[in-house]
Amino acid sequence: MLLGRSPCLRLLSLRRCLLQCRSVSSENTAKAAVDKVLSAFRSICGEDGVSLGEAVREQHGKDESVHKCRPPDVVVFPRCVEEVSALAKVCHDHSIPIIPFGTGTGLEGGVGAVKGGVCFSLRNMDQILDLHPEDFDVTVEPGVTRKALNAYLRDTGLWFPVDPGADASLCGMAATSASGTNAVRYGTMRENVMNLEVVLSDGIVIHTAGKGRRPRKTSAGYNLTNLFVGSEGTLGIITKTTLRLYGIPEAMVSAVCSFPSVQAAVDSTVQILQAGVPIARIEFLDDVMIDACNRFSSLSYPVTPTLFLEFHGSERSLEEQVATAEEITQSNEGSDFQWARDTETRNCLWKARHDAWYAAQALRPGCKAYSTDVCVPLSRLPQIIVETKKDLIENRLTGPIAGHVGDGNFHCLMVVDPSDPDELHRVHLFTERLARRALAMDGTCTGEHGVGLGKRVLLREEVGPLAIQVMQGLKDSLDPKNLMNPGKILLQGEL
Amino acid sequence: MSGRVLVGVKRVIDYAVKIRVKPDHTGVVTDGVKHSMNPFCEIAVEEAVKLKEKKLIQEVVAVSCGPQQSQETIRTALAMGADRGIHVEVSGKDYDSLGPLQVSKILAALAKKEEAQLVILGKQAIDDDCNQTGQMTAALLDWPQGTFASEVSLEAGKVKVVREIDGGLETIKINTPAVLTADLRLNTPRYATLPNIMKAKKKKIANMKPADLGVDLTSRLEVLRVDEPPQRQAGMKVETVEDLVGKLKEAGKV
Repeated sequence: MLLGRSPCLRLLSLRRCLLQCRSVSSENTAKAAVDKVLSAFRSICGEDGVSLGEAVREQHGKDESVHKCRPPDVVVFPRCVEEVSALAKVCHDHSIPIIPFGTGTGLEGGVGAVKGGVCFSLRNMDQILDLHPEDFDVTVEPGVTRKALNAYLRDTGLWFPVDPGADASLCGMAATSASGTNAVRYGTMRENVMNLEVVLSDGIVIHTAGKGRRPRKTSAGYNLTNLFVGSEGTLGIITKTTLRLYGIPEAMVSAVCSFPSVQAAVDSTVQILQAGVPIARIEFLDDVMIDACNRFSSLSYPVTPTLFLEFHGSERSLEEQVATAEEITQSNEGSDFQWARDTETRNCLWKARHDAWYAAQALRPGCKAYSTDVCVPLSRLPQIIVETKKDLIENRLTGPIAGHVGDGNFHCLMVVDPSDPDELHRVHLFTERLARRALAMDGTCTGEHGVGLGKRVLLREEVGPLAIQVMQGLKDSLDPKNLMNPGKILLQGEL
Repeated sequence: MSGRVLVGVKRVIDYAVKIRVKPDHTGVVTDGVKHSMNPFCEIAVEEAVKLKEKKLIQEVVAVSCGPQQSQETIRTALAMGADRGIHVEVSGKDYDSLGPLQVSKILAALAKKEEAQLVILGKQAIDDDCNQTGQMTAALLDWPQGTFASEVSLEAGKVKVVREIDGGLETIKINTPAVLTADLRLNTPRYATLPNIMKAKKKKIANMKPADLGVDLTSRLEVLRVDEPPQRQAGMKVETVEDLVGKLKEAGKV
């Protein structure tokens, strides 16, 4: 229902785009141009498929990061790839920015419409297509989330293990090259996306590995699939992804172990990996985090660096894995090694880790939480964590640490008072120092969350100006009008 | 006592599917739609398999009544740990009109034939929400029933059942043989893993017809019409309290 402000004000940037494109100065002609575009959208995806409502636009202008909401001018809801292609063509002809939207669970402000434009909300494309259990692959549309896929697969004995925490769109996970707690065993999206169907900025539809193809490996041509994985909507709209599936583990064992120091915990991690234990999850919580978890979940873990481990396999292999891991932790002065086999006790043991986000926020009620995300080679992890903790204390910041230690990736869950500009500023500077600290240790400024809005400068520092030039060249080649999710990943001159 | 548990499993439209009514309003669209085991039946199978793992019973037999595809549902039960299956073939018009009364007659006949100690069913199916089969089966067998079970324990020829009822939880102790129906919180069903799915392919599924058990499938019910629930109407915004009261009076609500 359209209430309040006139359509003209709401579609200010849309009009601006059209004005620039057509060199038109009269308001009436601009309004006519807007109406023409809207009616083109409506004829493609139906009256219900186009929304100008303020609430809908705001919903599609923000994700779960701290970046403020940047609503698009219009939200469209295509139902199939043909509609996506037609809509993209209209946007391309009128030079209107396009922002693809999955579930809005990103953490780097990737869906903010910084130059206005059209948000393509893909949630109505929710089909699971082409499941091949014998080949361990499945193709899904962008409206399918990872929990929905795993619920669908439950009778087949297969699952898709990449677990970034949120119930995210799988195509969105491909777009941000998502990862998660069990990447150490099953890999990230980069390793598990076999093929993509992508709509380019001009509406052309391509299949990065060829239509319908799903060989387990290939050496055919440039790796277009992995070009689009992690492109965060800046190169094209992902409308299908073919995923690699795995067998559901026969059994799982979870374990917890406390250590006298960060070094001891990380040393254990490295040794467990070197011993060839195919560990499924290995998560690190620092003493501040454990303390927060104890308070929040009424637990009584020793307040000291702690590892949470999870093993997958057959009954016999689990016995071996757990025995090896226990031996290693003991040799590194690990103590209080507890493990559990049945679901209920496992969930109890891991409760601390699962509730970490909420436990962190509970430390300071009324504050917002923001997660940092860097990744370094394993051997540098103790040093970076120790230096980071020192930085937190010196700058009076609340930042319990939780990390996917098997990958050298960790997050500081910064708890900050949103009404205190000084604290916000100090957190901002801290995260920049943290990212640069990781870069100085041969690492990356973002292990799993992506570049989005906030890390464009850091990306340039990370890969260097020459590699950035190559990235820009690819971007210019695939999206010469710079319509695909402007303002993300690469710095633009005018922003 | 045979130490045998009979578990009923029903093939229903998967809970995640958006249901659509057929254009002729005789039922819902089932062609090409994903089907899976009724979630409450999964809980029933899990409970039976847990009892076997605790060595309190010896054999779990999974039963399903329906067309050829019901065998897939039985295979899932076998992959979860059931020992063998029985497929009672019902198809076509008979299947369309198959309801709790006929199924309970079939299950009662099988329970006697197999000398079952327990019959465990899901409390209701998510397609018809009848919540009748367990109760009818117990009545036909003249066995005690522990329905809406959220906890089951076997103790020396009796079953202690904690039932979820409106007022809270009720604990009863009933003699075996008995019929139990599983409620949501009884357990968390295990996933069928690939190795178990492979093993399940080798387990036996016996085929039979309702006539073999002396059961008459005639339905006493006739479905007249199936409709979707009415579409939710758009709301209205009003500017003042007077407007609100006025509109409520217009709609006859006040």
